[in-house]
Amino acid sequence: MIFEEIRKRAVDQWEALRNETHILVGAATCGRAAGALDVIDAFKNECSRQGLDVPIIPVGCIGLCYAEPLVIISKPESLRIAYHNITQDFVPRLVEGYIMGDDPCLELALGTFETDDREVPYIPELPRFEHELRIILRRGGYIDPENIHHYIANGGYGSLEKALRMAPEQIIEEIKKSGLRGRGGAGFHTGLKWESCHHANGTPKYVVCNADEGDPGAFMDRIILESDPHEVIEGMIIAGYAVGAQKGYIYVRAEYPLAIDRIRNALRQGEEIGILGENILGSGFCFHIGIAEGAGAFVSGEATALVAAMEGRRSEPRLRPPRLAEAGLWGLPTLLNNVKTFAYVPFIIGSGIDEFTSIGTEKSKGTAVFTLAGKIQSPGLAEVPMGTTLRSVVYDIAGGMLNEKQFKAVQIGGPSGGCIPESLLDIPIDFDSLREAGSMMGSGGMIFMDENDCAVDTARFFLDFTAKESCGKCTMCRMGTLQLLSILDDITTGKAKMEDLELLRQLSEDIKMGSLCGLGRSAPNPVLTTLRYFADEYRAHILEKRCPALVCKDLIAYYILPEKCDRACEHCILVCPTEAIKGGKGEIKVINQEKCSKCGTCLEVCPPQYCAIIKISPICNLPPITIEKGDSAEGG
Amino acid sequence: MNEKGEERSAEELHTILEEHKNHGKGLIPILLEVQKEFGYLPKEAMKKVAEVLGIRPVDVWGVATFFNQFRLTPLGKNHIKVCMGTACHLAGGRLVLEALERELKIKVGETSDDGHFSLERVACIGCCMLAPVMVIKDKIYPKMSSFKAEESLIPYRQESKPED
Repeated sequence: MIFEEIRKRAVDQWEALRNETHILVGAATCGRAAGALDVIDAFKNECSRQGLDVPIIPVGCIGLCYAEPLVIISKPESLRIAYHNITQDFVPRLVEGYIMGDDPCLELALGTFETDDREVPYIPELPRFEHELRIILRRGGYIDPENIHHYIANGGYGSLEKALRMAPEQIIEEIKKSGLRGRGGAGFHTGLKWESCHHANGTPKYVVCNADEGDPGAFMDRIILESDPHEVIEGMIIAGYAVGAQKGYIYVRAEYPLAIDRIRNALRQGEEIGILGENILGSGFCFHIGIAEGAGAFVSGEATALVAAMEGRRSEPRLRPPRLAEAGLWGLPTLLNNVKTFAYVPFIIGSGIDEFTSIGTEKSKGTAVFTLAGKIQSPGLAEVPMGTTLRSVVYDIAGGMLNEKQFKAVQIGGPSGGCIPESLLDIPIDFDSLREAGSMMGSGGMIFMDENDCAVDTARFFLDFTAKESCGKCTMCRMGTLQLLSILDDITTGKAKMEDLELLRQLSEDIKMGSLCGLGRSAPNPVLTTLRYFADEYRAHILEKRCPALVCKDLIAYYILPEKCDRACEHCILVCPTEAIKGGKGEIKVINQEKCSKCGTCLEVCPPQYCAIIKISPICNLPPITIEKGDSAEGG
Repeated sequence: MNEKGEERSAEELHTILEEHKNHGKGLIPILLEVQKEFGYLPKEAMKKVAEVLGIRPVDVWGVATFFNQFRLTPLGKNHIKVCMGTACHLAGGRLVLEALERELKIKVGETSDDGHFSLERVACIGCCMLAPVMVIKDKIYPKMSSFKAEESLIPYRQESKPED
């Protein structure tokens, strides 16, 4: 079938949907965690109870994690409204109110997609969207990821059709001119990679999509695959055509079952309508894509390690050169790009390089996609033009810090990245500025920290992760990260000396030099950046045995403020797992520090009207225990 | 596992390996399927996989012990995963993990003697806005704390009692 016919059929189907009332429910993994599947069931039940035949479509994610489960109700000749934090209980109200009636249920609405003079906020004008610019996330959450026609009706596969009419060299030239840099973290020029694979000798060639998102705290690749899988597939087919490959693989973590399902379904549909497989769109070009399941190893994100895993071996990186473009999967030329990198390709080919290069900075073109998590108001997914400042991401897009706490730092790029402090909030986000600040774009996970987060403990957390995930090939990485971890352990438990700081710094530099792959070379980044920007905290831990953020367990003590303790309340006593709290009915409660395991449960259950339990650091600052009425805490 | 179950699993292993012969699947997908069937990777099954693929058992063992997804011991009836991603860590994930260790009297990576519970720490399940998160049998428990985690165990404990 020629593409025009395919497109026409898709547009007809899409228009038909838009002309009837329908419900979209955000049901990516995050939406499901928030209860989206129950909401879908509730809509089905309610609609059938009311005798309504309304399509209820599970879609992907529009990136507003804080608003999940998110529901969009479209009515022809009426407003298309998004509703946030919808649980089953709200479903009858929405069905009776807006689907059957004319009441837009504004109290539940996030906003509308059409300008309107009623009191519904206009979504594109929400502060968040004013600062975002969506290229690869633009369809996510608005189309059915399991229906290829939705993708095609919204511009999908038009770029493939265009690319197949171009010469492969011409496509590579376009990608080079666009300045697109790999979104896997290192920022290598995509066009150059394609070019060397194109020129490499050896057949067959392979195209591999790296969807092994291993950074704890990053999930944008998963969301793209769950929300708009065809976008990535289209990019891969164009890449295959440009480099001369006939076979592609998407290497995706087994931990992402929904993404795998949606890719599998998308591939099947692509083959059915002739966009994938033999003789694509009558061009004579053949390209097949398979799924390679990964089994969870952070190091597999490294290109050569990923190939090793695909070949059924331990995921250990090897020395480069030869580059994968010359000798990759099964020793054959292989083009390996990240999910997001492929996702930009259809846009660049379809809209032209000028459109793409007009966005971003001189050396970092286009947009950057981040997951925003940690102590912020509105966690979620954001796509911003390169060059946007971190300050704008925190305060305009993420809605500022949670509970109006003080911003302390943002960790960008997970365990490979670094902590960036308040003083650098005005640096622009691009590959090079972040590197200068000691961090990196990395996977694109941003975790925001406030005054209650300890810089040393955070560095320890990341080192604990990288030490576990080191594949063990290079001694400096295998033993060095363990050594860093043990020094950090000493610091967080108050056993370190000041000389240890120099040792940390020196060892970090050595690990960077003595490791083969990105895992080892970037593992010390969290230590180096926290040492650079939060040296005071390190000193407080070592010299005063004090954790300023009251996090490090061995340096804090729980204490019940006698003047605030309500004598009649016994919440803390009932939950204490070690029976460390003493005090009978009508007495002030006291914690026996020797028995206390510092689990924090008492602080959690102490009723908010009292807030009698606090954390104290250093421990030597604990007030002397005063016991009332004979019964002594020590006596227990 | 009872005898009938073992027989069925042996059959299933046979099917998985036969399918491999026809489709030339890689080692990792095969091991994932074996694990799906058995709940873990039994030594005998790994040996069989090595035999069919024509590779040394140590190479299968190497892969099985390398990747986080593979388990060498059976899981408990109620498998609990505690997320230790960055966001969960900052929000107090460690206290949740410690509370579960204390309550279940097992350490991370272990299965309780009665086989009812097993506990695992995972790197990130991608629900950072719900941090700290734990998962019991695929049900996600958002915004946990040590106290809430203890409470969440109650229904699973009751359900396991009649079979004792």
